[in-house]
Formats: sequence, C-alpha cells, structure tokens
Amino acid sequence: MLTKRIIACLDVRGGRVVKGVQFVDIVDAGDPAELAHRHAAAGADEIVLLDITATHEGRGTLLDTVKRTAAALFVPFTVGGGIRNAEDASAVFDAGADKVSINSSAIARPELIGEIGRSFGAQAVIVAIDARRVEGRGVDEAEVFVSGGRKATGLRVLDWAREAEERGAGEILLTSMDTDGMRGGFDCELTAMVSGAVQIPVIASGGAGTAGHFVEVFGRGRADAALAASIFHFGVTDSRELKSELQRAGVPVRLPC
Amino acid sequence: MIAVIDYKAGNLTSVVKTLDYLGAREVVVTQDPAVVVAASKVVLPGVGHFQATSLLQERGLTDAIRQSVAKGSWFLGICVGLQWLFDGSTEAPGVAGLGHFAGQCERFPALYDGAELKSPHVGWNSLERVRSDSRLMRGIEGGGFVYYTHSWRAPVTHATAAVTEYGGAFTGVVEKENVMGVQFHPEKSSAVGLQVLKNFLEL
Repeated sequence: MLTKRIIACLDVRGGRVVKGVQFVDIVDAGDPAELAHRHAAAGADEIVLLDITATHEGRGTLLDTVKRTAAALFVPFTVGGGIRNAEDASAVFDAGADKVSINSSAIARPELIGEIGRSFGAQAVIVAIDARRVEGRGVDEAEVFVSGGRKATGLRVLDWAREAEERGAGEILLTSMDTDGMRGGFDCELTAMVSGAVQIPVIASGGAGTAGHFVEVFGRGRADAALAASIFHFGVTDSRELKSELQRAGVPVRLPC
Repeated sequence: MIAVIDYKAGNLTSVVKTLDYLGAREVVVTQDPAVVVAASKVVLPGVGHFQATSLLQERGLTDAIRQSVAKGSWFLGICVGLQWLFDGSTEAPGVAGLGHFAGQCERFPALYDGAELKSPHVGWNSLERVRSDSRLMRGIEGGGFVYYTHSWRAPVTHATAAVTEYGGAFTGVVEKENVMGVQFHPEKSSAVGLQVLKNFLEL
C-alpha cells in the first residue's frame, strides 16, 4: 500500500540549518549533511534542503552543501532556492539532488517548469507555492507569495497550482504562511482544496507541531506527504516516534528498519 | 566492468554514486555499443518518457544489449529501464521495447475500485508476492518498502519476481535468468534498495 510520506526540511542559510517563525526570527539548528543523515536514519521518507535566502540575495544555491549532503544519502533528496534557470537546476542535479523545488523563478517564467522536466523528467520538478489567505475572504481566494514570502503576486493559489500541473510539475509543495512555524497545525482546508484540484501529489507544509496535526492533514487535508522542520530539529520528536503514532492512528506509513 | 547506459533519460548521478558506495569496481557511464558488449554487467537506468528509449535503437545500443544478454551478461533495468524490457508502452506507441518480456506498459487508471487514483504513483510502497527463487531479491521479504515515481507500469507476467499494489498489482521486480528489472529506484530506497543493488553486484 502506498504510504504517506514524512519529509524533513532543512532551511539553510550560509551553509547552516536555520529555523524561523512565519519566515522571520531565525535561529541556528545545525549542519545540513549531519541533520539529513540523522533524519534519514530515523525514518524520514525524504529530505528537502531549501536555501532560504538565495533568491532574495540573488545568488546561486550552495552546491558544496548539496554535494556533501547528498553523499551517502539513499532517500529522495530535493533542493530548492536560487534555481533561476535550467542550467542552475542541472548543476544541482549534478551535485546529487533528485528533485528541484522552484518557486519565485517559476512565477517569473512558468516555462521553466517544462524546461527542467524535459531534461530530467517531470518527477524531478517540484513547484513550491507559498500561500497566504486574504482576510475576510474564502480559502479559494488565498494568494501566492514569492521571494521567501516577501512579495505578493496577485495570483490565486488554486489557479497557479493548476497551471503548474499543466506545465508539467511532478509535485506541489504547498506552504501556508499563516500557519508556518507556529506549531498549531497545518492549514487543512487550503491543502484539501489544492489536492482536490490537481492529479499530482501535494506536500503540505507549515504548522506541524504534534502527530495529531499530521493525522489531520493526511485525512481531512487530503495531503500525500507532509513536511516539517522545527519539530524534528530540536528533538521534540523524530520520524520514528511520529510514524509510530501515525500507525496507531491508522495512517499507512513506512516504519524505519 | 559495469556499463551504465546513458541515453539522456534523466539523471545518472545517484545510480553511479550508489554503485560506487557499494564498492563496485570499474563503473563506466557509456553510450558506446562496444563497451556495452564488453561489460560483464549492464545497468539501464532512466526516468522520464518512454520516448527517450528510441535513442537506444538509434545508437545501436539495442543490438548491443541483445548480444550482451545472449552471451549471458547480467542486465538490470531501472524504472523506464524495466519498462523497456517489455514489448512497448502506450506512452510512446511508435517506440518498440526490447520485447524480452511479453506485454505492454500502460498508464495507471484514473479510477480504481470506484475511487479516484492519483497519478503519478509517487512514494514508498511495499513489495509483495516476492518470488523465493529471485536472486535480485535475496534477503528481502514481502512487505519491504521501496521508493517509486512513475505514471506508467508494466503488467504482471510469469517472469514477475515481486508486485506492488497501486490501482491493482503491477510488476515491481522482473527476473528471468540473467535479465532483471526494478520499477522502483533502488538508489533511493534506503536499506531495501541497497540490498537489491548489492545482490546485483554480487552476481
């Protein structure tokens, strides 16, 4: 049976893993390669490394960090941040990534989704969407933000998710800026809306705090995978504990050996 | 020497890196038919569109693989590399597969058992009905999890060595004598995947 994926996310700045609350208030959480291996050993199904300030500062992804992290990592490994064109993506794949996550650059030039997909396969392209709800409006009016949540685009999340799929995205990584870093639960309503609108898998992100939040987002939120960062970094829980709890709640998961 | 065939279908870095990690000696990434014929083991990786396999015919690699297989060299197809061992795929109806195993690869159905079935099939799923005589699956029990990412799948045949269930059963592992294939990505499948590649290297 296809299991629900638990994805450990490493937000990297200047070669170190950091964690913020609602995209600001950054604190240090460790070395990316070391953390990636620790997460994989504890049963994380995938590792995502996001160079969170790359686009903002206008520089490329930290290829050395990617290379060091990918060495001896035998679960899928996604890299995002600073991938502006097919050449940037190619360099990241050469360094050992299996998938790239693109966000601002896909909004700026949606053709990029298909360009990377043609060379490396659709499965290698994740379109990341940072979403924020509009006060007083329904969830279907939620808006897409770029540049690490700094810039509004005026695009509706629903429309952009559908376009990303049509252009050949392999998965969608949906982050709710409203719940991110708060550990109060995922935005299940937003996730369910996007998951119901596309055929490709949707990875829910933003707000993980307890095992119960994962149960909710896999159930009511219709997520195929869920991503979390801070609850793992600071030892609040690890994938092994989390997956045991999910299994008890009836969620199909891969238990680590 | 192990020949890893590069036919421009996705990224080979992970496969080569994993073979190196497992201590494989003389891993050569190649498009040269002569190298393929000379190799004792041949690996055909590949993700993406079945259309990409048309390059194998154009470059004379299909004939080289036929020769290699006929003289008893070990062959492992991964993902699209497994699908290519069959007659063909509805993904690219004009492109013939090797035809070593009978059957067409088909897309996952949009509906299964009255419910909507998401496609691609992405994530960790279990291997079931593992054939006890499979050399590739030595030491791996039914229920072991591996990582998949694909929209087309190969049918279950007499040569199927393990199945996975998603919208019905499909071939997760195929094996007959020296010709083997896995639909999942062993290089991304943690302990179970490493065991599969180790088994292949030890043949």
